[in-house]
Amino acid sequence: MQGNTVSTQVEAKILATNKLIRNTYMLLAMTLIFSAVTATLSVFLRLPPMTYLLSLGGAIVLMWFVLPRTANSTSGIGVVFGITGLLGLGLGPLLSMYLSLPNGPQIVATALGGTGVIFFALSGYALTTRRNFNFMGGFLATGFLVVLAASLVNIFLGIPAFSLAISATVVMLMSGFLLYETSQMVHGGQDNYVLATVGLYMTIFNLFVSLLHLLGFASND
Amino acid sequence: MKIGSAILIVGMILLMFPNAKRMMKESPEAEKGDWEGFLIPIALVAAFVLLLMNLI
Repeated sequence: MQGNTVSTQVEAKILATNKLIRNTYMLLAMTLIFSAVTATLSVFLRLPPMTYLLSLGGAIVLMWFVLPRTANSTSGIGVVFGITGLLGLGLGPLLSMYLSLPNGPQIVATALGGTGVIFFALSGYALTTRRNFNFMGGFLATGFLVVLAASLVNIFLGIPAFSLAISATVVMLMSGFLLYETSQMVHGGQDNYVLATVGLYMTIFNLFVSLLHLLGFASND
Repeated sequence: MKIGSAILIVGMILLMFPNAKRMMKESPEAEKGDWEGFLIPIALVAAFVLLLMNLI
């Protein structure tokens, strides 16, 4: 009798985890398509560089002040689309800048492909391995704060090599976040697919922007 | 633009700090072999990015 109860609880947990993973990846796919649409729109409308800053600011406000209150309701999905749509819109001026370079389309396509390969490889690894990466939370959060502080300093110093080092560090950190966030869905720590989607989306977004920077530098343009 | 970026980053640091502090406190201890399981894929990512940078 007790064995049956334990077995039912384990089955229910596995089903809940599978449902969380399926819902997260479905919503992530939809938000990525939506932000690709808003980014394309932003490129065609030739929105000014300030759009990046304003969109990022708007997305942060939604993420920190609106999303926590709506994450457990259906309106949370609308907020996720608002955040990802804004971030896509903000990406437009950055993409326009890279696309205007002699081999710009190649840089953008390589950054997109590279982001995709890293995302699928690390997600696949975190989903299939038995390892639990939840121990990395503190390390990654501290690393991200250090990177933010370094970026703040470099806004005023404007050292290109420092900026490059920051982008390289962000790529490593976001790879770590991909493992951590996926592991949180599998091993516990995250049971809300709306929040899980936003976390993964932000990781992919930062990874793509940093790769774009590194590849832009590597192309000597 | 510089001032705007700086304000945004300071805001992000201030918003993230309590969360980061909580994550540092609540993170479970790493078990034997956990760091290897993390560092190997990250090293592979670094090698892949270097490859992309050389190909472009």
